[in-house]
Amino acid sequence: MANDDPSDRTEDGAGSEPPHVPPVAKIRAFDEQVNELYKSAKMPGLAHLYIGEEAVAVGVCEALRRDDLITSTHRGHGHCLAKGAAVNRMFAELLGKEPGYCRGKGGSMHIADPETGNLGANAIVGGSAGIATGAALSAKMRGTDQVAVCFFGDGALGQGLLYEVMNMAALWRLPVIYLCENNLYGEYTPCGETIAGDILARPRALGVHAESVDGQDVQAVHATMRRLVERARRGEGPAFLECKTYRYYGHHVGDVNREYRTREEEREWMSKHDPLETLASRLTTQGLADAGVFERILTDVKAEIDGGVQFALSAPYPEPNEVDQDVYA
Amino acid sequence: MSTPEVAARELTYGEAVREAIAEEMRRDPRVFLIGEDVAEAGHPFKVLTGLVQEFGTKRIIDTPISEPGYAGIGVGAAMTGMRPIVDVMFGDFITLAMDQIVNQAAKVHYMSGGKLKVPIVFRTTLGATRRSAAQHSQSLHAWVSHIPGLKVALPSGPYEAKGLMKTAIRDDSPVVIFEDKMMYRVKGPVPAEEYTIPFGVAEVKRAGTDITIVATSSMVGVALGAAKLLEEIGIGAEVIDPRTTYPLDKQALIDSAKKTSRALVVDEGYERYGVTAEIASAIAEGAFYHLDAPVKRIGAMDVPVPFSPVLEDLTVPSERTVFETAKALCRKA
Repeated sequence: MANDDPSDRTEDGAGSEPPHVPPVAKIRAFDEQVNELYKSAKMPGLAHLYIGEEAVAVGVCEALRRDDLITSTHRGHGHCLAKGAAVNRMFAELLGKEPGYCRGKGGSMHIADPETGNLGANAIVGGSAGIATGAALSAKMRGTDQVAVCFFGDGALGQGLLYEVMNMAALWRLPVIYLCENNLYGEYTPCGETIAGDILARPRALGVHAESVDGQDVQAVHATMRRLVERARRGEGPAFLECKTYRYYGHHVGDVNREYRTREEEREWMSKHDPLETLASRLTTQGLADAGVFERILTDVKAEIDGGVQFALSAPYPEPNEVDQDVYA
Repeated sequence: MSTPEVAARELTYGEAVREAIAEEMRRDPRVFLIGEDVAEAGHPFKVLTGLVQEFGTKRIIDTPISEPGYAGIGVGAAMTGMRPIVDVMFGDFITLAMDQIVNQAAKVHYMSGGKLKVPIVFRTTLGATRRSAAQHSQSLHAWVSHIPGLKVALPSGPYEAKGLMKTAIRDDSPVVIFEDKMMYRVKGPVPAEEYTIPFGVAEVKRAGTDITIVATSSMVGVALGAAKLLEEIGIGAEVIDPRTTYPLDKQALIDSAKKTSRALVVDEGYERYGVTAEIASAIAEGAFYHLDAPVKRIGAMDVPVPFSPVLEDLTVPSERTVFETAKALCRKA
């Protein structure tokens, strides 16, 4: 989904395919299927669903080249797919199967795909801030014009590492974008209980350019990111983008009661700020797509997801002798 | 593998480290060094003096005092085509960077199914008796030796400091190398010719037939001193330096213990759950039927390192304690 070549990019609304719709729909369908795999006990462990936040990953990654780099989070399926990962190998990894992106050794929280510039999801909150910043330093040292994007949630704003590396990124004008997905809850705690002051004041205090955008509006995220990416590519230094978003499900698939928030709040976000509905209705109003087009996209997505799940379910597990392979390079 | 006998040239331990880094940076443009006070200051121990003049501030990079931050930046650079040396000024400070070393650097290769590599070197220090008190004196190499995915090197002299550093820089896996900060000014033979020291190959520093003393890093010199005292009372001690705690050359240690039938393990890390325990266990398992006495071990005393010299000196294994312990093992009164 991330463009191989910037010249391939279409301006919003200018292409024949309704922009952003297929990847947003695909990520949603993927994670809905993940939830089904969990509920039917076909998936080992847990997973953190990205449903509700799809516009962020798609808006961001569609502003990147294939060789641009991302680091992802425990809630990372959307980032991986938006950067170009294949559904079948994603599902295989989630089921711990041999054809998975990490040969079944990483699982949901560690999917890495260097081919698409994905340096890996990280299960330490904020843990990849250093990696993304180092990737940006590396790009600068190697003389490429790659940009690195560090995805993290509002929970990571509590980690000191983030401020240490933003400080260095500003000092050294590194091409890195700190992408804060503020979904209002750090695990099971409302962010109002954990974040003092103004979020954007934090990067700004370090001299990092900072903005905020409606994370449910994929076109707004995309337009903002294109600007920030070009800025970074020109050597103008790091940026921080807060995307205000919402996770429809709990912290993970097993968090079904969600005592820490109200059903009313959830209904409000789902009915008034749904990324797919928002985009579809706007495109319909603008005459850029109609019900038939959306129908076809959803059908295609369903076929891809179904095929991917079947691939993963029938794929082999790793051989036992793999257990101690790749500990050392 | 042994130290060449004809080596006209002598370098200090610190000079040997610097020469290794400089040579590797000349050889490979992907190698760079990042940390606190590493450029113009040349590191508080002056180990890096002159490097910034040769390689510039783009490859000898001064950072803020942010150990987790620059350690993480090193990991990211290593994952994307560079070969960083991350300078952690004191071994005590690796605790600050532990997530980046343990949860990130050590695991990325495995978690990614072998697709991503992290060719990174964390260079740091160990060793007490510098009167630096509890937060600048620890020898924490056991912490990282415990973690699958990391390799750990403990150079015991100038020759080892250069050869192991060069191997570390060329390794495709994360390596933590602990330099003995008390040894930076100690001189020893270092060949001018190119050489590296393979990981996982122990070296017999002194041959003997009565007892094996396995010693690491700072304790190799202590063990050699004790061996001289033992010789005076008719005990032939074999001193063997594993040089890396991972990979660990268990077979060489076991073979030596089988030959001498007694073994003593000496290391400057805390004795409790320490490197000495792991090595003693390997010898006990591997040489059990050849042993005439239980395997003994001496580590640092299990206390925070005290400031007062009279107290601090009590915490570290000494020639005298090694001598007495070895003598008792050999049942010589």
